[in-house]
Amino acid sequence: MLPLQGLAGLLILQSAGEMLARGLHLPVPGPVVGMVLLTALLAWPPVRPSLEAAATALLQHLSLLFVPVGVGVMTHLNLLQAHGLRLLLVVVLSTWAGLAVTALVLRQLLPPSQPPSTLGDT
Amino acid sequence: MNTFVELWTYLSTTPLFGLTATLSVYVLAHAFYQRVRQAPWANPVLWSVVTLALLLSLTHTAYPTYFSGAQFIHVLLGPAVVALGWPLWQRRAELVLRWRPLLLASLVGGAAAAGSAVVLGWALELPADVLRSLAPKSVTAPVAMGIAERLGGIPALAAVMAVVTGLVGALSAKPLFALLGVGSTPTDWQARGFALGTASHGIGAARAMQVNADAGAYAGLALGLQAVLASVLMPLVAGW
Repeated sequence: MLPLQGLAGLLILQSAGEMLARGLHLPVPGPVVGMVLLTALLAWPPVRPSLEAAATALLQHLSLLFVPVGVGVMTHLNLLQAHGLRLLLVVVLSTWAGLAVTALVLRQLLPPSQPPSTLGDT
Repeated sequence: MNTFVELWTYLSTTPLFGLTATLSVYVLAHAFYQRVRQAPWANPVLWSVVTLALLLSLTHTAYPTYFSGAQFIHVLLGPAVVALGWPLWQRRAELVLRWRPLLLASLVGGAAAAGSAVVLGWALELPADVLRSLAPKSVTAPVAMGIAERLGGIPALAAVMAVVTGLVGALSAKPLFALLGVGSTPTDWQARGFALGTASHGIGAARAMQVNADAGAYAGLALGLQAVLASVLMPLVAGW
């Protein structure tokens, strides 16, 4: 029952996020508002077990959720025929740029000797 | 034979088909991925997409017909984005302690990914609406769709570009980090995970979670941070 309760909770938070984002004309998509609401709500211990069960189950199978959108690549075949190679080049190079810059910047900024086990609550 | 064709025609037009096909193909692709000890090239999203696209074209099934069933999986992306609050909350101590370097890396890395995509695409003379759909590609698919809509891009194309971006990161991160000399000290794993979450959102984060627990946690954190930053900042930057 816990994961189901948690899923209901996540959906309620998403709905609240959508309503807030639309009602207040926030520049942020509804699910992102829901995410911020979730971090705030987790300060209240009774909701944690169910939300944890649903969140870990969803995040564990996160890859699956991208498949339906990914298959949509077949509806853009004309665009891919026209610019496919250039589009791929742009995506590959910019992804590498993002990965390299993030990793190198963060490695510079984080203290190198700090063991991660002393931080966080896991 | 005729009855089989008739039955198939009936089945392939019901929502049951898209849902069943997506889930079974993914389960098989994932089993294969485990079998080859999670080699990056065997990425389950990549092979599920390729297999399903081939299946649909071979059976002359239209994408909307497929999606009428697959949408039941697609809808879960929304609560999955909300669920990212969980790793954020779990690592709140680290966030409080390290919010400056993490925020800076997320900003600079996100800007590098989006900026280089737009500049490169512009240099290669891609159409403007394609450029606007490329900008948010490092953000997880449902958020990327929302941002692209605000920027005047094509949401469906943005989602596909986000999935391709995720795959590029998951497939090539290992050799790229080796080339850059980012190794396997605790700090390096955190930087690798954070980079994957920043530049390759959920698909990159899924890869990071499988490789190293610490990298996975940082990837989840980066993914949530990038979603917030990009959706606030990108429309502002594009407005200039």
